[in-house]
Amino acid sequence: MIKAAEAMVKCLEKEGIKVVFGYPGAAICPFYDELYRSEIKHVLVRHEANAGHAASGYARISGKPAVCIATSGPGATNLLTAIATAYADSIPIICITGQVSTDQIGCDVFQEVDITGAAQPFVKHSYLVKNASDIPRIFKEAFHLAGTGRKGPVLIDVPVDVQNTPIDFVYPDEVRMRTYKPTVKGNPIQIKKICEAIEASERPLICAGGGVFLSGAQKELRELAEKANVPAVSTMMGISLFPSEHPHYLGMLGMHGVRSANRAVNECDTLILIGARVGDRAVRSPSFLAENKKIIHIDIDPAEIGKNIPVDIPLVGDVKTILPEITGRIVSKPREKWFEEIGQIKNDVPVTEETEGFINPKMFLKKLSDRLPADTVCVADVGQNQIWVCNHYAVKDGGRFLTTGGMGTMGYSVPCGVGAKMADPSREVVVVCGDGSFQMQMMELATIMQQGLSVKIIIMKNNRLGMVRELQTKGYGDRQIAVHLEGSPDFVALAKSYGIDADRVVTMAEAEEKIEKLASAKGPYLLECNVWRHESTL
Amino acid sequence: MKHTISILVENRAGVLSRVSGLFSRRGFNIDSLAVGETEDPEISRITIVADGDDHTAQQLEKQLNKLVDTLKVRTLAPDELLARELQLIKINANPSQRSEILTICEIMGAKIIDMTAGTLTIEISDSQVHLKRMHDLLEGYGIKEIVRTGVIAIQKGSVTIK
Ligand SMILES: Cc1ncc(C[n+]2csc(CCOP(=O)(O)OP(=O)(O)O)c2C)c(N)n1
Repeated sequence: MIKAAEAMVKCLEKEGIKVVFGYPGAAICPFYDELYRSEIKHVLVRHEANAGHAASGYARISGKPAVCIATSGPGATNLLTAIATAYADSIPIICITGQVSTDQIGCDVFQEVDITGAAQPFVKHSYLVKNASDIPRIFKEAFHLAGTGRKGPVLIDVPVDVQNTPIDFVYPDEVRMRTYKPTVKGNPIQIKKICEAIEASERPLICAGGGVFLSGAQKELRELAEKANVPAVSTMMGISLFPSEHPHYLGMLGMHGVRSANRAVNECDTLILIGARVGDRAVRSPSFLAENKKIIHIDIDPAEIGKNIPVDIPLVGDVKTILPEITGRIVSKPREKWFEEIGQIKNDVPVTEETEGFINPKMFLKKLSDRLPADTVCVADVGQNQIWVCNHYAVKDGGRFLTTGGMGTMGYSVPCGVGAKMADPSREVVVVCGDGSFQMQMMELATIMQQGLSVKIIIMKNNRLGMVRELQTKGYGDRQIAVHLEGSPDFVALAKSYGIDADRVVTMAEAEEKIEKLASAKGPYLLECNVWRHESTL
Repeated sequence: MKHTISILVENRAGVLSRVSGLFSRRGFNIDSLAVGETEDPEISRITIVADGDDHTAQQLEKQLNKLVDTLKVRTLAPDELLARELQLIKINANPSQRSEILTICEIMGAKIIDMTAGTLTIEISDSQVHLKRMHDLLEGYGIKEIVRTGVIAIQKGSVTIK
């Protein structure tokens, strides 16, 4: 017999977990005491939300569920934003929280909160462990649930007395859940219909989303686009599925997307949605869009099909197994006219102009991406900075872009970058955020230092909550309220106080030199960019 | 339009709150919800009557299917189901009205289960249409209180939802 807390650690080891992100407290101490004896590396974040975001970054780069930990009560509630963020983006994370002792549950004791109840609307599943002997089964199920089907966060709440209960530990070889059987293989009849529809189409267009990454089907997607000769756009979550310069790729669609992508969406006759849920930011009026074109929708989650847009040919399954089946049988067509049109659309880019005495973030990000290694992981926060990255940072072949598209959670980028770097230390990780969002996560500079992580941070400092400022300018008669960030610290001095090398770049003339410094820095680095407060998002 | 949805779920703590939570989170309105163990004590059956168009009902079915504890979801078509609700109705009734009410109960298939000098408590189990008629008949006496179980439904004939 071993203590359930030890069993929890063993479960993680069995799942191949090497790193966990967390923040301790009394109700989770038995588990931490067992972590002390384990080879698993614990990363102490400086706020529980960031444990969740770091796990998210880790999961997205490793392709496997990652683990975050918090104590009961305030620790668990601090984690909520990260859980909701992971849910909105379908990121597989396992959240382990401590809970007050079973006999005290319901008595409103110190640091008691019903976290499974609070998180219920935005977890894929959750467990409140009542019997210690259920721990091996629950952990096995949790990893299975988080990492299969439509992925997502799973919460395991473990009362402190349960952690201390001795159990017989046998980790199950397989999950037995009669209620959970996601469809992976695509229906052959639908696949045939899809092939015929694409072949019959003069102007087909692929719209690829984050689901393709979740399925690990980047290669399969590109093979389909190339073999079938179909151009593609992506959602925000689908950025970096194609390198920016790929001849078939037109950029991000939607409210903040590029003109070329949106025009292609409007002008295509067949839209092939792949792992994309047609969110409101991507397609504002889906039913209008569906009126004059054929809609094909491929997704692992049957509930997404037909939810936001009427669909002509639905197909449920895992795109990694489905796409090769389509690619294997589809007949390529030249579609010269469509590609000629696409070529014109692509060249029609709005001009960006420099503002004297400031960094133009769009030009700067292009220059930055040109200098960085091909396989760089670029993480964008939320706001104008995010959209600038989406549309102007040029992703190279093998590069990866991360952001939170579903929730748009400010404060995601730095901890996500921490997780991404830990998942693959060989890759350069660059984080781009605003001066507002940076201040929601700057405590993680300590984590970066403590773990010796070479994460590079770029702050687009416009002294404003830029995206909201722009909304107020355009939609509220320029009545600017609560968007001024004066009073912020000197970010360069702040970074240095942590021992992180830092610099600022004020004009475009110095951009290349400063980018060089950032790119060649061996350790963590922070660069503050002086951005005009009136700079526009698009 | 009203939809009658039968759901088989694992009989575990927290399942009902997941199901009902899903309705409120997705903005679906529940008219009634009834739950109880099935012939297999590990499985509960939930019957929900909800209001909404066909798209809503379809979405609902899909979202319910996504819950990890859900074994089976089935929207029962109006012509394939037998639906019943049990109601307990307390009405004002002075001694001179009793025999009249007794006749109503007899004809309507209801039972009087309690009585005081000024009230009668009636038990009736039937379809919604029939219950509505019963209310109309009792209205005049003054209904003091109604308790209802919510609709439960089963398919006609030998078929089952499993
Ligand atoms: C946690 C959270 N709070 C509020 C918002 C609303 N919001 C969206 S963008 C934005 C402004 C972001 O400002 P900043 O980080 O400085 O970036 P900028 O837009 O200036 O590039 C705000 C407040 C949000 N997305 N997330």
